[in-house]
Amino acid sequence: MNELLIVQNITKRFGGLQANNNISFVVNKGEIIGLIGPNGAGKTTLFNCIACFYNVDEGKIFFKGSDISQSTPQRNCQLGIGRTFQIVRVFKDMTVLENIMIGAFLRNKHPRDAKRKAMDIAAIFGFAHKLQLKASSLTIAEQKRLEVARAVATDPELLLLDETMAGLNVQEVKESVELVLKLKERGITLILVEHVMEGIMSIADRVIVLDDGEKIAEGSPRDVINNDKVIQAYFGDKYHAKRREFTTSIQ
Amino acid sequence: MKNKLPVIAFLLFFCCLIFFPLVFKTPFPRHVLIMVFLYATMGIGWNIIGGYAGQVSFGNAAFFGVGAYSSAILLVHFGISPWVGMLVGVLLSALLAVIVGYPCFRLQGHYFAIATIAVGEIVMVAFLNWNFAGAAVGIYLPILEQSLKNFEFHTSKLPYYYIIVCIFLFALAVCYFMEKSRWGYYFRAIKNDPDGACSLGINIRKYKLYAFILSAVITSICGTFYAQYILYIHPSSTMDLMMSIQICIIVLIGGLGKLFGPVLGAIIFVPLTELTRVYLGSQGQGMDFIIYALIIMVIAIMRPQGLWGVFSREARGTR
Ligand SMILES: Nc1ncnc2c1ncn2[C@@H]1O[C@H](COP(=O)(O)OP(=O)(O)OP(=O)(O)O)[C@@H](O)[C@H]1O
Ligand SMILES: [Mg+2]
Repeated sequence: MNELLIVQNITKRFGGLQANNNISFVVNKGEIIGLIGPNGAGKTTLFNCIACFYNVDEGKIFFKGSDISQSTPQRNCQLGIGRTFQIVRVFKDMTVLENIMIGAFLRNKHPRDAKRKAMDIAAIFGFAHKLQLKASSLTIAEQKRLEVARAVATDPELLLLDETMAGLNVQEVKESVELVLKLKERGITLILVEHVMEGIMSIADRVIVLDDGEKIAEGSPRDVINNDKVIQAYFGDKYHAKRREFTTSIQ
Repeated sequence: MKNKLPVIAFLLFFCCLIFFPLVFKTPFPRHVLIMVFLYATMGIGWNIIGGYAGQVSFGNAAFFGVGAYSSAILLVHFGISPWVGMLVGVLLSALLAVIVGYPCFRLQGHYFAIATIAVGEIVMVAFLNWNFAGAAVGIYLPILEQSLKNFEFHTSKLPYYYIIVCIFLFALAVCYFMEKSRWGYYFRAIKNDPDGACSLGINIRKYKLYAFILSAVITSICGTFYAQYILYIHPSSTMDLMMSIQICIIVLIGGLGKLFGPVLGAIIFVPLTELTRVYLGSQGQGMDFIIYALIIMVIAIMRPQGLWGVFSREARGTR
């Protein structure tokens, strides 16, 4: 019994648009799951459903055995689900330290304890020398890292990272990958949404592919990139020629 | 070294508070001083919900009115001490804050600000038509023997001054400890990004409500003080929309979300209104309003973040 998250036949509609259509999967404790798919596939919507920013129209979500499908974001966080946002949502007027403290306060009521914990986490994320900087003065890449840091400060068991590697250069992607592995070592289970394939393919234990609101494939990174449906979703029918190129670039 | 400066500045400020009446001996300056601290305290109350938690309230005068009327009604009709009335007012204001805040804080955006205007007006209309509370005529408080117990003083304004300074220091302390506590961090997080805040486990509705209750309680105490100080209250002097707006202007001038912002705002704003009213108001052309509207515009253009920043380290670029 090491199933941490069970997603059962969930459907989320926006008016007539089915952003998530009958999606099911299971996440085991300690895994890194990659969630990929073309633009508009419904990845962020799926995150919002798991984090209860949206409540699903159909289906159920279980976290550690309890049904969270109609829960709220704050209750989910208290249960142990942390998340970041695709479009950064740091507390801009607050310092780096204060941003992380907001997360730390969840399990440490006293400001002194929250501060100590936030400093430890800041060090892990390379913010030790930027504690007193306003979050708005950081680069976007740093702000994304800060979002991960403050989510980690809530002691999550499951962390949902939405495109934290987008817009990073090769070196930064490498650092980001190392950071994800460090989080895994801390016992955190992760679901990553990424377009940056080289980042995700090397570390994901399993990859789930969405297209047009539906789950079209699931499996090891190697299986998934050789899957016909996936190639079709990414490149369309006419681009079979590109297939070899695509596969080699990832490996 | 760096941390000592604010402490020294505060001690100096504190000494000024105590010795001001020795400098200003005539009634009018003393009246102005009392109004300064009355408004500074209301500003602190408003700052908690509007400045820290970022939920703009245009209805805080309703709490002022509830505070004033609670103690006045209890004293006039039941002979109950205004000090007890003050506590009753605090409880009723907190209740009103919950009744208004609970449904509004479910919604994001400007619904709260709009709702507070409506609530402020509803409360005022209710009091205008409530005969037991004197309706539009208002309530004259009975003249009792002057004593701290009766909360009435007739020969000098000095006791009122020291009472409002105590209330002011209490509010300042509440705000100071709030700022340093988890609540203060949470309020600011909610102001900065509500979605980010709830993703970190903050029940934003609950904390907005806490901020609103704190704000209501502080404002309500001011209302009771005002009733005992003027000894005559009526709806338009205690719960007018204009008063709600003045409170919010004071904080905006002084510095939004800064501990001493409302104090600075009141020190500038209140003497200005009192003086323009005395020297220009009698001409009946609203010159007083025009002058202070001008000054507010100048400040808004020159320093949109409020004047308090002028003294803080970040404004001097040393961070
Ligand atoms: N709040 C919303 N209201 C209406 N439609 C929405 C909403 N959020 C998402 N959608 C729609 O749902 C679909 C899935 O969007 P989603 O953001 O989940 O895609 P995504 O896979 O994260 O894409 P990207 O890679 O561009 O981030 C899109 O067609 C989008 O326009
Ligand atoms: Mg997305």
